[in-house]
Amino acid sequence: MRRLRSVRIPQGLGLASRRDLLLSWFALPAAAILSVLLGTVLMLAFGANPVTGYHALLTGAFAGTYALTSTAVKAVPLLLVGAGICIAFRANMLNIGGEGQIAMGGLAATATALAVPGLPTAVLLPMVLLAGAIGGGIWGAIPGAFKAYFNVNEILSTIMLNLVAVQFMNYLLSGPMVARSGYAVGGLIPQTQLLSGHSWLPILIAGTQLHLGVLIAVLLAVAVYVLLWHTSLGFRIRAVGLSREASRYAGMPVRSTMTLAMTLAGALSGIAGAMLVMGSISHRMVTDGTLTGFTGNAGYNGIVVALFAGLNPLWTILTSFLFAGLLVGGTSMQVVTGVPSDLVTAFNGLVVVLVVSVEYLRRRSRARARAAGTPGPDAHGVTESAGEGVPA
Amino acid sequence: MSHFFTAAVLTATVAAGVQLATPFLLAALGETVGQRSGVVNLGVDGIMLLGAFGAYYVAAKTGSLVMAAAVGLGIGLVMGLVTAFVSVTLKAEQGISGIGVFLFGLGLTDVLLLKLFPSPVTIPALPAVRIPLLYRIPGLGKMFFTQNWLVYLAFLLVPVVTFVLNRTTYGMKIRAVGENPAAADTVGVSVARIRYSAVIFGSAMAGLAGATLLLLIGIFQEDLTNSEGFIAVALVYFGAWRPLGVMAGSLLYGLVAAVVVTWKTLGIIPTSASDLASMAPAVLTVLVLLSVARRYRQPAALGRPYQRGG
Repeated sequence: MRRLRSVRIPQGLGLASRRDLLLSWFALPAAAILSVLLGTVLMLAFGANPVTGYHALLTGAFAGTYALTSTAVKAVPLLLVGAGICIAFRANMLNIGGEGQIAMGGLAATATALAVPGLPTAVLLPMVLLAGAIGGGIWGAIPGAFKAYFNVNEILSTIMLNLVAVQFMNYLLSGPMVARSGYAVGGLIPQTQLLSGHSWLPILIAGTQLHLGVLIAVLLAVAVYVLLWHTSLGFRIRAVGLSREASRYAGMPVRSTMTLAMTLAGALSGIAGAMLVMGSISHRMVTDGTLTGFTGNAGYNGIVVALFAGLNPLWTILTSFLFAGLLVGGTSMQVVTGVPSDLVTAFNGLVVVLVVSVEYLRRRSRARARAAGTPGPDAHGVTESAGEGVPA
Repeated sequence: MSHFFTAAVLTATVAAGVQLATPFLLAALGETVGQRSGVVNLGVDGIMLLGAFGAYYVAAKTGSLVMAAAVGLGIGLVMGLVTAFVSVTLKAEQGISGIGVFLFGLGLTDVLLLKLFPSPVTIPALPAVRIPLLYRIPGLGKMFFTQNWLVYLAFLLVPVVTFVLNRTTYGMKIRAVGENPAAADTVGVSVARIRYSAVIFGSAMAGLAGATLLLLIGIFQEDLTNSEGFIAVALVYFGAWRPLGVMAGSLLYGLVAAVVVTWKTLGIIPTSASDLASMAPAVLTVLVLLSVARRYRQPAALGRPYQRGG
């Protein structure tokens, strides 16, 4: 089905043709506006005033230093997961395992901080982040290799590995890694002891929660951009994502590239997990028994921000900040209007559906351009890169 | 172990396993039909949650369990229409849009639960219906023929779906648009119409599966399904897109879940390892996917939107 010309590699947003740019600029705001309208309908359905609701949401997220720094901190896991999703989805590996990868990264980082608490910050902090990357990386590599070598549907395997990760986390935090001091009704609190101060992410602005992780996350997102568009490995990842067949004919190591893309995506999520622990207020790893309790749904929301950014890690910096604002502001909205902040999760789901749906508009315009004899701009969007569908 | 291998415990465990298998079976049967038509619906889990919540609300407000199941089915129908529009008409990437539907269902049911149920309400269990004569069979009677009507309905659907898929014109059309939509289109089969109907049926079954799960548990809680909808999708692969295979997979999962619960209750699995034991279904799914991935051929057009002349 797929013709050879599809192998042409899409350029970064800066180099995309004007029409494509115009359409992507039209389609995503359209999705955003539709989502806001649907949010309005939902708020009205709950008897809340949408104006008050959105006002509370916006001021809670972006008004003042405290709100802005809270939003920036909230954006860290979204950005890291999102940057990883850019790699994985570009390789046509639909990684839904961010949640589990975050948890495994957090556990590996926590275990490291517990094992060698005495090391100086300059050694321990990088070690802890690296451990997070390894923990998450392994949890990404498994479904990646299963897909590449055994053709196991990666969507299903990553979701199943999320379920395994949450039980593993609950097991470790209530057994081998539990703090012996935290008693509550019914036994020990499932949490670790206070981690070594040398593993904490330093605070950048006193009086806020803004920590070094924010800077590292932005730098890593830029690094992912460079990787994808200015290295031969990035070229390979995108080529494999567009057409495995053509890449194979071109002599590229398709299977190891697929595995590597998932490993990198997992590693970035794992770093997010490490930062969730080391940048937390309590500075220990805690579980409430659910994955969401630890990740705050970042594994899924990271997909949302990456899709909204057109799978471009630089735009992901912006979208992760905006969506983090939605999450932080959602809490304010709940206080003011009484509409539960879980509404944001529903809202994000709508955004995902809308974003992948408006892709069709863009493709149709491309097809028209082709029919008219002009060379149509290649997509850099979601659906094109995932054009081979969802094989088993 | 000694307590486990008694007739009473074994019978009760199998009976529970058959019950626990029912939501899996309903959802997976529906997904099978959808996938045979070439559409992957990954929103099953979200649709199950919505169906379960709808059933919860209706059961709590009216007390009618039949109405609750019907509402679950109805919500599934509506979500199926949306899913079909997104996957077939808008030709969206099915893997990702399904995750969107999942998040939508997860978030919305949480919101609704907090808003509409300040204090939890318990729904009575569906009454067991004894199948005349068969229920008297020692052992087997308790396991298979003293269940509620939703269980019977789910298992009756297995031969029905098999028959429709393999022996009717409609079933042939479903398979045709799933294998080679261009060829089906050429001979005048409306690819879109067939796929719409298959997806809507699948989604309605997911909604009913959610209602069934709710009636089984008796109360709605946050993330009630715990990814059962995704496991149901995996079961379609396990069953190699055949209803009978899907049924075998569902029974396996139901039994594993029932055995884990029984063993925890009997103390065969110590409390400290209880979290590890809960991994069983997920680990099993990955292993199953691994073992079946290379053996069976999926519908050729699975996950690919059809574009005439494309």
